[in-house]
Formats: sequence, structure tokens, C-alpha cells
Amino acid sequence: MTIVKEDIQIRPLGDAALVIQLGEGINEAIHKKVIHTMNQLEAHPFEGLIETVPAYNSVTVYYNPVEVYFSTKNKVKETPYMIVKKIILDLLNKSFSATTKRERIVNIPVVYGGKMGPDLEYVAHYHGLTIDEVIHIHSNTQYLVYMLGFAPGFPFMGGMDKQIATPRKDTPRLSIPPGSVGIAGSQTGIYPLETPGGWQIIGRTPLRLFLPEQSPPTLIQPGDRIQFTPISQEDYPETLEVTSWA
Amino acid sequence: MGIKVLHSGIQTTIQDLGRYGMQKFGVIVGGAMDTISLRLANLLVGNAQHEGALEITLFGTSLCFESDEVIAITGANLQPTIDGEKASMWRPLFVRKGSVIKFHAAISGCRAYVSFSGGIQVPMVMKSKSTYLRAGIGGFEGRNLQKNDLFVCGERSLFGEELLCRLQNESSHVSWSVNYSAFVNFNKKKTIRMIRGSEYERFDQSNIQKFLSMPYTISPYADRMGYRLIGEPIHLKEPFELLSEGVTYGTVQVPSNGQPIILMADRQTTGGYPKIGQVISADLPLLGQMQATDQVHFQEVTLEEAQLALIEQEKMINMVKCSLRIKQHT
Repeated sequence: MTIVKEDIQIRPLGDAALVIQLGEGINEAIHKKVIHTMNQLEAHPFEGLIETVPAYNSVTVYYNPVEVYFSTKNKVKETPYMIVKKIILDLLNKSFSATTKRERIVNIPVVYGGKMGPDLEYVAHYHGLTIDEVIHIHSNTQYLVYMLGFAPGFPFMGGMDKQIATPRKDTPRLSIPPGSVGIAGSQTGIYPLETPGGWQIIGRTPLRLFLPEQSPPTLIQPGDRIQFTPISQEDYPETLEVTSWA
Repeated sequence: MGIKVLHSGIQTTIQDLGRYGMQKFGVIVGGAMDTISLRLANLLVGNAQHEGALEITLFGTSLCFESDEVIAITGANLQPTIDGEKASMWRPLFVRKGSVIKFHAAISGCRAYVSFSGGIQVPMVMKSKSTYLRAGIGGFEGRNLQKNDLFVCGERSLFGEELLCRLQNESSHVSWSVNYSAFVNFNKKKTIRMIRGSEYERFDQSNIQKFLSMPYTISPYADRMGYRLIGEPIHLKEPFELLSEGVTYGTVQVPSNGQPIILMADRQTTGGYPKIGQVISADLPLLGQMQATDQVHFQEVTLEEAQLALIEQEKMINMVKCSLRIKQHT
């Protein structure tokens, strides 16, 4: 995979980070470029690189300007930003065989409705659907994870059927238990930590999404596909067990 | 052995220079709000600059030492005392077993740092000792220090060991200290330098003029995550949808109410509000020492100036490091 120069826009995010813009909007073609760019930078780190963060259509690159500055042997010193920008453009213009990491499908078992999903009935009513229809629509798609953010392990996913898109609650709940699966507008997501939030909660998974003792520390990673599988209340373990799929 | 917490104060956490490399998983960076004071505190007791130390907010914290230790207190002046006697800041101190150190009230700045020679012995979580309060990990059991918590220090470096021997036998403090005024100030009104943010051009031109000429007051909603500011509202020329993307320490974002928010150490990893500016890295420690009712005056500089300022600051820290090395050998 190569990324042509014309596709890339690089702009500073302050004096210690920059954003590689790889297109506009949300779609899978841009997402592939995002993951490719991130993988290239991680496979060929420059001196002073701290880390990269993927988003819908951009990659943010965090660097240490002081380290970059002292790493060049040039007598005429350019600014660290210019040095890093040049390194990135050179790297992305090289043709590398596409990093064919196998796409992971992460199965997320969910108890829909009841105490676990107090807003399922509202969502069904809102669209004039039955509860079973909402469950079917929600669990019948594989969702692409574009990025993680908001909380550790919280996936920003695309691809939810517009039939069940539902506005946020007027008054956010003060506390939403971890594992809660929700809908906000045309997005669906899973809460890794107990937090306040205004999403319509339709179910809950017994899986832990944030695993600080493991590496990587999250069950779901950018580029994964998520498959929700309905399970019954009886299948929900009394004590939460840590499970993760390779 | 170790140090026992007698009073926790408002908020006392263990912080280092932050948890890097995990932002793509949504794990925040965290770390000290005033990284310069943290780094100098560590250098003064012979630690690596990134070692974990206590970040003490405003007042009320007291600690009892159950072993002899070498410490340094930097950052905000919270009127620290050791057994009732005024404690010197910005220099290594010997604290005898049984002594009690108290932080009374802030007379300048917001956050004091206490480093311990040998560092604080807590487990590294994802390569950092920083406390991540919302996730309940890192630092001391992932939370603020509480009454009766007990922590111990790690193994001292050669310099740390020498300091201990020297200070034990002579007077209880050295005759020199770091001239911190070259790095930080604790004024309640500060000029903070910023460079343009990604969406700068999308804001109303006359609003931008106000943003750069009028003072903004830090609201009571100011914590380790971010500072909400109160001042002339700033609006976009026309509304537009922005997709979430990476943000960083010092990002100045403006939600639709027009009141800017500066993202601080415990910021989320990504954000979707338009960004008018970005505080330069060299001025972040200054900002980290500010609190509610303090005033910020933004001044625009170029990216080049921002990076040069940081390189100069780094050279000065290096000079402190070198002079401490000389002190070690004399």
C-alpha cells in the first residue's frame, strides 16, 4: 500500500505533536490508510517519536521536539516540526507491502433489555419496532472500530443500521455500569468504566474492556470488527470473569 | 519504615512524567501538572527526572516519617514545616525518623511536589507511577492518598546516599538551592504563550482579537483534567461538525457556549471541539500552578518560537543537572 502525497495533509497540534490528515469523513478506505500509517510509523520509529493515536481520518503523532532537534546532524538546524514532517512524508511515500495483519473479529456477548438494558424498550418504541427486532438489527452487523477514546478501551464504531439510531437521553444518568452497551444518535458503543453518560442503554456485556494488567491493555483495538451476540440473563456470570479473544 | 499519611489534604497523588504509549487505547497520559517542578525535585535528591513524587494540592497534607529520608519540596509554596519549623524549598532536606512535615496553606501557586531520594515504591502500571484516578490504577492503589496510608522509598542513587550521609552529619540542610525563578513563577496573572490551533481560522476574526487581548479568568471548574475559563465568548464564523481526533496537554478548545477550556494533564485522549489554540509546552508548567480566580492573558507566538523556547528551557534544566553533579563532587 502506498499513500500518495496529495492525500496527506500535515498540520501541527502544538509544538510537540502533529496531525496527519488522510481524508475527510468516515469510511473504510480512509480507515485503512489510517491503520497503515500508524503501522508504518510504529515499524519505523524516528528518534524522538513518543506515540501515535489513530482517529476516523487522521493519525496524531506525538514527539519530543528536544530529542528530535538534537538527533539531526545537520549544521543548519530546521525546526523539529519540519524535521518530523519530512521524515513522515518520506516514510509514507515509500512503497511497502501492505501490512496484512489479519482482521480480528471480537465477539461481545450481550444481555439485551431488562435491568441490563433499561432503555431497550424506549428505543423499540421510538422506532415502532419490537424489542426482538431491535436486538436483531443491533446484533446482525459487524461494526468496524475506527478508534478508541473517551475512556480506556471505549470503541468508536461505525456501521450501525439507521433504523435504530436514537438520540441521547435528555438528562444523562449519573452512573452507568461498566460493560453497558448503548446507542447515541447513529453510534453504538460500550462503556469500559463506570461513568455518567447520556446514551440509551440497551444491554450489558460481562466482558471487561479495560485490562490494565495486560498488554495491550484493552479487549478491543482500533481496526477490529465487533460482533454482538445476544445471550440470556442466565448466561451472565454472577462474578465477572476476565475473558479475551485472540 | 516509610512515610505515613496523617492528613491527606484536598488532593494528594503520586505523579511522574506521565503514561505514554497507551493513548491509542484511550488511556490518558496524566502525570505532574507542573513537570518542571517535578523534574527539579527529583534531580535535587539524586533521582531520575521521571521518578514518581507526591503532588500536593493547596493545603492540609501532613506526613509522618518512620525512617530517615532525603527529600526535596518544589513547586507551589504551601508553607511547609518540619516539626513546626519552616522547611526550605528547592533544596535537598534531611528528614529524621519521627519528624512530621505539614503543608499549611498556599501563599503562591497551587501544587507542591515532594520527591523522596530513591523514589516512591509503588508498582509501575503500564510503565508509569502516575495515578489515573478515573480508572483507579497507578500511583497509590489508583487513588488519592488517605489518612494512614503508608508508603516506602526505593533504593537511593549514589548521589542520594551521599546526600543522606552528608546531611545527617552536618546541618539539616545544604547552603544552596535551585534558582527556580528562571523556570516558574507563581503570579496570579500570567501571560501564557500559545500557537494557533487547527480550527483557528474558523473562528470569528473580531472574537479572536478579543481572545488575544482580553484576560480570561480560571473558573472554579478547574482540575487536573482541564481548566474552564470565563471571559469574552468566542464563536465560530459558522457552525460545523468536527470529528473526534487526538488532543494534547494545553489544547485550547471552545465548545458552543463560547467559553474556552484548556486541556490539562488528565485530559481525555481525543476530542471533538474546535481548537482555537495550543499552549506552548514551555508554558504548561506555569499553567499547572494556576487555580480558580487566577487570570490568563494569551499571547500568540509562532511554532518555531514555541519549539525554541522549549529547547532553551531544556538546556537550563541540563545546566541544573550539571551543577548538581559538581556539587556531588565537592
